Amino acid sequence: MDVTTGWYLVLGALLFVIGGTGLLIRRNPLVMLMCVELMLNGVNLSLVAFAQRLDDIGGQTVVFFVLVVAAAEVVVGLGLVVAILRRRPGTTADDLSTLRG
Amino acid sequence: MVDALVFFIAAGVCLTGALGVILARNPVHSALMLVMTLFGIAVQFVAQEAHFLAAVQVIVYAGAIVVLFLFVIMLLGVDRAQDLELSILPGQRWAALVFGAGSLLVLGSLIVVVGEPVTGAKSVGGSASTAENVRLLARSLFSDHVYAFELTSLLLVIAVIGAVVLARKPSQSEPPLVEERGEN
Repeated sequence: MDVTTGWYLVLGALLFVIGGTGLLIRRNPLVMLMCVELMLNGVNLSLVAFAQRLDDIGGQTVVFFVLVVAAAEVVVGLGLVVAILRRRPGTTADDLSTLRG
Repeated sequence: MVDALVFFIAAGVCLTGALGVILARNPVHSALMLVMTLFGIAVQFVAQEAHFLAAVQVIVYAGAIVVLFLFVIMLLGVDRAQDLELSILPGQRWAALVFGAGSLLVLGSLIVVVGEPVTGAKSVGGSASTAENVRLLARSLFSDHVYAFELTSLLLVIAVIGAVVLARKPSQSEPPLVEERGEN
């Protein structure tokens, strides 16, 4: 039984969908950021699978850049979460409705 | 056979961790489940001979990003359990379920229809499946993608400055204003 590219793609798609669903059903901003990480990892897995399949190192280079962007995103996102939660402890994403913009 | 065994074990670890992230009530448990998923993905990277990316995955994700999450959780004290049932927006869970099922259907059918006969030019930037993974990745990174690499450093500097600006306490400028108003 050989492990083909399709298996990795299915696993990546499952991780992406689980992350997206979690992003919609959770209201804690920290857990929402973790779900974004799950989605990014699903895409990373697909990129590495394609790099292996097409025998091209470029896919792995893109994964490297995705890792760096994910790190920067988490730093800024957590900074925002800290800044908001310090003013209003216990805030969830639903409290955006109080803005009434 | 061993390949399939490794794939299924690592995939089980990944999916268990991913479901744990979105179903755990305590954010600390979510972060620990995220570590589990990341290790599973690192195993998948090793199985696909992306050794450098597997190492970076463990060091950067599990070693830095998740630790950052845990730091923020401990710092803010938001580690109490949160009720999953209570939601203000009506029908949000149904929308989430419809999104999940729909996107799974679309992605699954795409993989089934397109997935196996992947087409494309072979080996543009060097073969991915040799033992010289790190050397090839470095050559691709510092020759073909060198501008993107430099922009990445700019992005990291911007992120650091942004984090410092966001995390600074605004109370250093506000209390003097209040005092002045009180004196006048």
